[in-house]
Amino acid sequence: MTTEPADKPEKIIRWSFILPIATFAALAAALGVGLTLNPREIPSALIEKPVPQFALPGLGERPEGLKTADLASGKPQLVNVFASWCVPCRVEHPMLMDLARRGVVINGINYKDDPGAATAWLKQDGDPFARIGADRQGRVSIDFGVYGVPETFVITGDGRIAYKHVGPLTEDAIKDKIVPLLGLK
Amino acid sequence: MIAEAGHYALVLALGLALIQATLPLIGAWRGIDPWVRLAGPAAIGQTVMLALAFAALTHAYVVSDFSVYNVFQNSHSTKPMIYKISGVWGNHEGSMLLWVLILALFGAAVALFGANLPDRLKARVLSIQGLIGIGFLLFILLTSNPFARIDPAPLDGRGLNPILQDPGLAAHPPFLYLGYVGFSVAFSFAVAALIEGRVDAAWARWVRPWALAAWTFLTVGIALGSYWAYYELGWGGWWFWDPVENASFMPWLAGTALIHSAIVVEKRDALKSWTILLAILAFSLSLLGTFLVRSGVLTSVHAFATDPARGVFILGFLILVIGGSLTLYAIRAPMLKAGGLFAPISREGALVLNNLLLATATATVLLGTLYPLLLDALTGEKVTVGPPFFNSTFLPLMTPLVMAMVVGPLLAWKRGDLPGALGRLKFVAALAAIVGLVVFWQAGGAVFPALGIALAIWLIVAAPAELVERAGLFRVPMATALRRLRGLPRATWGSAIAHLGVGLTVLGIVGSEAWTVEHQQVMRPGDVATVGPVKYRFDGVEEVVGPNYAARRGKFMVNDAQGNEIGLMTPEARRFFAPPMETTEAAIRSSAAGDLYAVLGEADGRGGYLTRLYSKPLIIWIWAGALVMSLGGVLSLTDRRHRVGAPTKARAPAPPAKTTPENASGAQA
Repeated sequence: MTTEPADKPEKIIRWSFILPIATFAALAAALGVGLTLNPREIPSALIEKPVPQFALPGLGERPEGLKTADLASGKPQLVNVFASWCVPCRVEHPMLMDLARRGVVINGINYKDDPGAATAWLKQDGDPFARIGADRQGRVSIDFGVYGVPETFVITGDGRIAYKHVGPLTEDAIKDKIVPLLGLK
Repeated sequence: MIAEAGHYALVLALGLALIQATLPLIGAWRGIDPWVRLAGPAAIGQTVMLALAFAALTHAYVVSDFSVYNVFQNSHSTKPMIYKISGVWGNHEGSMLLWVLILALFGAAVALFGANLPDRLKARVLSIQGLIGIGFLLFILLTSNPFARIDPAPLDGRGLNPILQDPGLAAHPPFLYLGYVGFSVAFSFAVAALIEGRVDAAWARWVRPWALAAWTFLTVGIALGSYWAYYELGWGGWWFWDPVENASFMPWLAGTALIHSAIVVEKRDALKSWTILLAILAFSLSLLGTFLVRSGVLTSVHAFATDPARGVFILGFLILVIGGSLTLYAIRAPMLKAGGLFAPISREGALVLNNLLLATATATVLLGTLYPLLLDALTGEKVTVGPPFFNSTFLPLMTPLVMAMVVGPLLAWKRGDLPGALGRLKFVAALAAIVGLVVFWQAGGAVFPALGIALAIWLIVAAPAELVERAGLFRVPMATALRRLRGLPRATWGSAIAHLGVGLTVLGIVGSEAWTVEHQQVMRPGDVATVGPVKYRFDGVEEVVGPNYAARRGKFMVNDAQGNEIGLMTPEARRFFAPPMETTEAAIRSSAAGDLYAVLGEADGRGGYLTRLYSKPLIIWIWAGALVMSLGGVLSLTDRRHRVGAPTKARAPAPPAKTTPENASGAQA
């Protein structure tokens, strides 16, 4: 019942059997490289640049606000862009609390938020921020190149942006990137 | 204690999987019969262990044991019971446990229902299933333990994302996994056949029901996911060509090709190595989908909490399973004997065309899904590939497929009579053309909807026409025809109904894409918006309270163009407490003619509300068609020859094409 294939196309047939594994090998290599990349990592044009000039009013019972000069204090600090309506912010919140307990100065930019809601949230879950600026229109966040909340910036002692983390902080990002830049042990 | 027992059961399952993966394989190779016979008990034992582990995790969710980290992360004490249970698989760890449980269930099913399989083939198949099981069990135990504890135990959990608290989504993952994992059986059969170096009609007959069952589940799973996106996300869309949707669609396309090419192996003993390749690819694409969702290499709205360590593990596993099976394929497949020859115009030829188009479609979706990743890996450039790419490449592939799938079943095996088949379709073609022209005229000269609707009619009418044709209705006495109709194999009915389902889905896609009307505006109580054929009158909002949320509910009174009342629609904007999150609950009135769809947005602070109102003609047929397709799959599964099974010793390559009942009653041109 079976008919042997004609001899002529043998070369082609052999290749056609190897093609799937060859394609997969190329794909696997690309996936391997892909694992080392982070699709959420967007290069920030502001890295190594001084922080933008800004002055934000305070939030609720904390009228001191946040301005450019606060960020060049001679010691590295963090700037965290957050909002009470942002779910991932609540995911990273315990990590911020932990960093604050370790003595890290964290400045908050409260992005397009209702001051009452933001204050209530910080009262309920804890307030890791040394200073908070309320960016109700989101203008200053645009100057920082923020394209979504949360984002976290490491600022050097002389007021330059050293690193930007997009999305909720992760233990790995804190350990490998942020802690070394802050000069913690 | 129960959680630890579940963890322990997982470890025991791994032990049994190790036995299942090694001893029967060696036994089949060396001829050690007791080892061969171990496969079945090991597969069943592994299933029992995994069922215990799954029950333990479910228990932790049901009693809200927040000392289990997974429960704390994903559940909440105020959540309704059904979502506590569906929360078990609404997260990465639990869904992997469900995945591996279903994998084991399929293995046990092969062990229990595979009584007609040759012992060694069965042992090899179960061993391959065991190997896959080892990979997933190690993955769970090493990187994703669902039973990890947290000390001290928190008072309450973080809650399940409210958009996942939905009955459609409770059922979506299990069906999807039944589909994905179901293809593992076809995969194991393919690898076992490569090891044995033999593929024959009997092999195809054993494989087909498994592939068909997997395909049926996957069809339902994808349809549920799409319908969920439609009614829950509140943008009225139903398919977004998101990487994760594509991850489920690619195995479906490859699986569709597989269930068709396996027919050719069964009936004509041809396309053997191609069918083996499809069986490997269908499952490989399922695995690839898992990798894409859980490794973090692609951004997606569906992505689980991702973790690079998991990505490395899954990639290694992919290389072993896919790389290993494709290497085996490269070595062994050339030795498979080519089967019966056939003319290009024949049933086989039509199925080859089906396979070429489906394989190209799969490759297209794969390319579109991975292109951003490949470009990033090679050049560091960031791009996204969106619906324009998929729509412009996918439609040209599907159009000839849809046209040909009507003609194919009317062609005879080996050498078909195309003019004859087309001649028998002339009434269908005429009807489709007339409807297309009417649409063209009604729609003011729009070409796309006219062609699309004509194609849909072509499919929908042809399916019953094929059955009528086969029974000889209107040509022979009524009683004879009805008897013949009843006597047609279930597989014939199944395929006709599944093809009809495709037609219904095409109808829904074309209708909703071409004629959806969308209005977005600020409305105050008393305002009326005319959207397509209906008028929505906004009657204000009220506050309502649900079990774990509060909501603002809008009231829209809907009237048709003549002013007759259609009914009240009440979309909601819900604010969930845990986790705190807002969702929109669209109000939808479905009918065969089309859906009305209303969404209530934010207040503008001056007494008005942002509203989005749609009229979506025919859209319900997208999912109804998918259900009809899966019904066809179920019907085909109950076909007599799957129940009776093939003769056990099929060493002699019998020419089954001449003996099966289908062929006797099939179209003899």
